[in-house]
Amino acid sequence: MNLHIKNGRVIDPANQLDAQHDIFIRDGKIISISTYLDGFIADQTIDASGLIVCPGLVDLNARLREPGQEHTATIESETCAAVAGGITSLCIPPDTDPVIDTPAVVELIEDRAKKSGRAMVYTIGALTQKLQGELLTEMAALKKAGCIGVSNGLSPIKNSLILRRAMEYAATLDLTLFINAVDPWLQGNGCVHEGAISARLGLTGIPETAETVAVARDLLLIELTGVRAHFHNISCGKTVQLIKDAQNKGLAVTADVSAHHLHLSEHDIGNYDTLSHVMPPLRSIRDREQLQQGLREGIICAISSHHQPLDNDAKLGPFAETMPGISGLETLLALTMKLVDDEEITLNHAIASLTSHPADILGIKAGQLKVGVQADICIFNPNIYDECQPSTFVSAGKNSPFSGWLFNNKVSHTIFNGKLVFEQDKIDRITV
Amino acid sequence: MSHNQLTESGRLHHFLSIEGLKRPLLTEIMDRAEQFSSISHQQVKKVPLLRGKTIVNLFFENSTRTRTTFELAAKRLSADVMSLNINTSSASKGESLRDTLHNLEAMHCDMFVVRHNQSGAAEFIAQHVAPHVSVINAGDGCHAHPTQAMLDMFTIRRHKQHFPNLRVAIIGDILHSRVARSQIQALATLGVGEIRVIAPKTLLPTDTKTLGVHVYHDMEAGLKDVDVVITLRLQLERMQGALLPSAREYFQCYGLTERKLSFAKPDAIVMHPGPINRGVEIASAVADGPQSVILEQVTHGIAVRMAIMSMALGSQAELHEATA
Repeated sequence: MNLHIKNGRVIDPANQLDAQHDIFIRDGKIISISTYLDGFIADQTIDASGLIVCPGLVDLNARLREPGQEHTATIESETCAAVAGGITSLCIPPDTDPVIDTPAVVELIEDRAKKSGRAMVYTIGALTQKLQGELLTEMAALKKAGCIGVSNGLSPIKNSLILRRAMEYAATLDLTLFINAVDPWLQGNGCVHEGAISARLGLTGIPETAETVAVARDLLLIELTGVRAHFHNISCGKTVQLIKDAQNKGLAVTADVSAHHLHLSEHDIGNYDTLSHVMPPLRSIRDREQLQQGLREGIICAISSHHQPLDNDAKLGPFAETMPGISGLETLLALTMKLVDDEEITLNHAIASLTSHPADILGIKAGQLKVGVQADICIFNPNIYDECQPSTFVSAGKNSPFSGWLFNNKVSHTIFNGKLVFEQDKIDRITV
Repeated sequence: MSHNQLTESGRLHHFLSIEGLKRPLLTEIMDRAEQFSSISHQQVKKVPLLRGKTIVNLFFENSTRTRTTFELAAKRLSADVMSLNINTSSASKGESLRDTLHNLEAMHCDMFVVRHNQSGAAEFIAQHVAPHVSVINAGDGCHAHPTQAMLDMFTIRRHKQHFPNLRVAIIGDILHSRVARSQIQALATLGVGEIRVIAPKTLLPTDTKTLGVHVYHDMEAGLKDVDVVITLRLQLERMQGALLPSAREYFQCYGLTERKLSFAKPDAIVMHPGPINRGVEIASAVADGPQSVILEQVTHGIAVRMAIMSMALGSQAELHEATA
C-alpha cells in the first residue's frame, strides 16, 4: 500500500520541520519526505493543501474502560475516538478491572488493540498488586510483556516505605514510574477545589496541599531512589514550582497537564455543572495561569487527554454523587491549538507537547516524521471554525464541558502504520 | 451567578437559593409574610389561595420543624399536601433521586419541597422536573436553606426595622452550614452594614472573606456592639474529623453565655435556627432569656413559607397565560 500526502504544511518539532512537503509512505513506513521517488505509484493520494501535517499524537493517559467496564466504552470504541482526535499512540493506566498487574491482562489489552488496529495502545503496569499499595507486582514480567512503565493509578500509596521499595525496584528495572500525586487524607471526600467556589456552593473542597504534600514527599523519595518519574495531570501552580526545583537539582522528573486544566478553572463549575467534575479538581484561575507558564517554560512538557469516558447517568445527580471525568480524546488537539490562537504557546511548541515530548517520556519512536519511521500521521485543518458538539463524539463518552466552544483544527485524516484509519469526510461510515 | 429560579418577568418560579435574588423580591416575601402572619390568629386559619394544588414534601434527610412548618403552610393555603421521607442510604443515590422524581411527576404535582443531604440537589431537581413544576429548597447539603434565611430576615425586621444600620454576628460552624450561607446572602442583599462570622478556623471555609463577611475568632471582639446574634447548631459528630477537641471546650470558647452576650448591644436579639444544643453552642439562660427570639423564628416560619409557596405557584398562572 503506497500513500502519498501532497502539498501539506509539514510540521515536526522533533526534526525541526516546518515547510510545505510531500510525504511518501510504503508498507507502513515513511520512505521519503519531499523528494519524489522514481517508480513510486500511489495507491491513494491525500491532498493536504491548506492543511497541517504532523506526527500522530501521543497521549500519555487515556482510560478506555476495557477490561472491566465494557458497558461504558471499549478499546474498539475508544481507539476509534482516538484516531478521530488525531491520536495514534496512547497509554492506559493500570486501574482497569482486573488491574494490569499480570502479563495476562497486558496481553489481553494488546490483543484487543491489535484487532481494532487503529492506534498503538501502550499499557502502564501496576506498581503494587491490585493497586492496594502493599505487595510489589512482578515488574520484570510486566516489562517483558510490554508495559511501558509502572504506576499505582489513582490509588496513592499511603505507606512511604512501600513506595520507597517500589521506586527502588522500578529503578532497578529501568522502568519509568508514573504518578498521580494525591494525599488521600487531605483529599478526603472532597469533590472541588477548596476556595471561593467550594465556600459558595457548600461542596467539600480539596486543598492544593492534597497535591503538593504528595508531590513533595514523592520528589524526596525519587531523589533517594533515583527512579525516573513522571507526574500525570498536575493541577496546582505550586506543584509546577516543586517540579521545577527538582528538575534544577538534576532529578529525572517530568510532568504533564490535562488539556482541560489549561482552559478551565473552578469557576466553570458555575451552578453545579457536573460535566466539570473532574479529578484532580479544576483549580483557581491563578493555578491555570501557572500551569500555562509551566508549559511555556518547559517544566511541564506534555499535554494529555486524561480521557475518561462515562455514560450519561454517571453525570446525572447532585454534584458530589456524580462520577468525575471528561471525555477528552477528541478535544485534545483543538484545546492545545487554542493555546496557540490565544498566543500562550507557539505552534511548534503545541505540536511538540502532543508528539515528540510525550514520546520521549515513553521512550518510544513515535511522535516524529522522518524517513524510516512508522507512518503515524495526523492531518488537520486550521482554517475552519466549528462548534464543539459532544453528542457527535466518536467516543462512547459524550461527557465534555466544552459543548458550544468554537474550535478550529479539526482532524481531517489520521494515518496509523501507513493506513488511513480516519477520514473526516467519511465519518458517517465509521461503525463503532 | 444567575439561577433559573425566576420567570422571564422576574417572578419567583423556584426558590433554590438567595443568591441572585434582588432586594425588592426579598422585601416582597417579607411583606406578604406579614399579611399571612395575621391568619394564624384567626378562628379559621385558612385562605383558599392554593386550592386544588398538590404539593409534595420530599425529605431525603430527617427534619421535624422544617417539614411540619412547610406542611402547615401548605394546608393554610388550602393546598393538598403529602410528605415523603425517603431513605438515602442506598448505594445508588443519584439513580434513586431521578427515579423518584419521574414517578412523582407522573402524579401531576405542582410543587416539590425538597430537602437533601447533597449540596446542589435542589438545583438538580429543578433542572429535571417538568417546566410547570416549582421546586422549593428546604435545605441542600452545606449549600443553602433559603426559606430559613427568609424567616430569619423577617424576624430581624420585626425587631430592628432598618437593615443598613445593623451589625449582625453569626457564630459557629459556618463551614458546614447551609443556614449561614443563605443568611449571609440575604443579609448582604438587604444591605446590612456589617456581617461578622465568629468561629475557629476549623469551622470556616478557606476563603470565608469571599462571602463578604468579617472574620473573628474571638467572641468578645466579634460580638462588640452587634444588634443581632445568630448562633448555629453544632453537629456533635464534628469532634470526629479533628475539627474540635470537645463540646466542653467549644462551649467555653464559642458558647453564647450571658457574659459573652453582654458584649453585644443591650437590645441585641439572639437567634438560632434550631434545634438547639443547650450547653454546647448556647446557654439555657440565653436561649430562654429576654433577648431570645428563637421560638418566634419557628412561628414566623409558617407565614414566610406561605408567602414563598404562594408566590412561586402564583407565577404558574403567569406561565400558563404566557403559553396560552
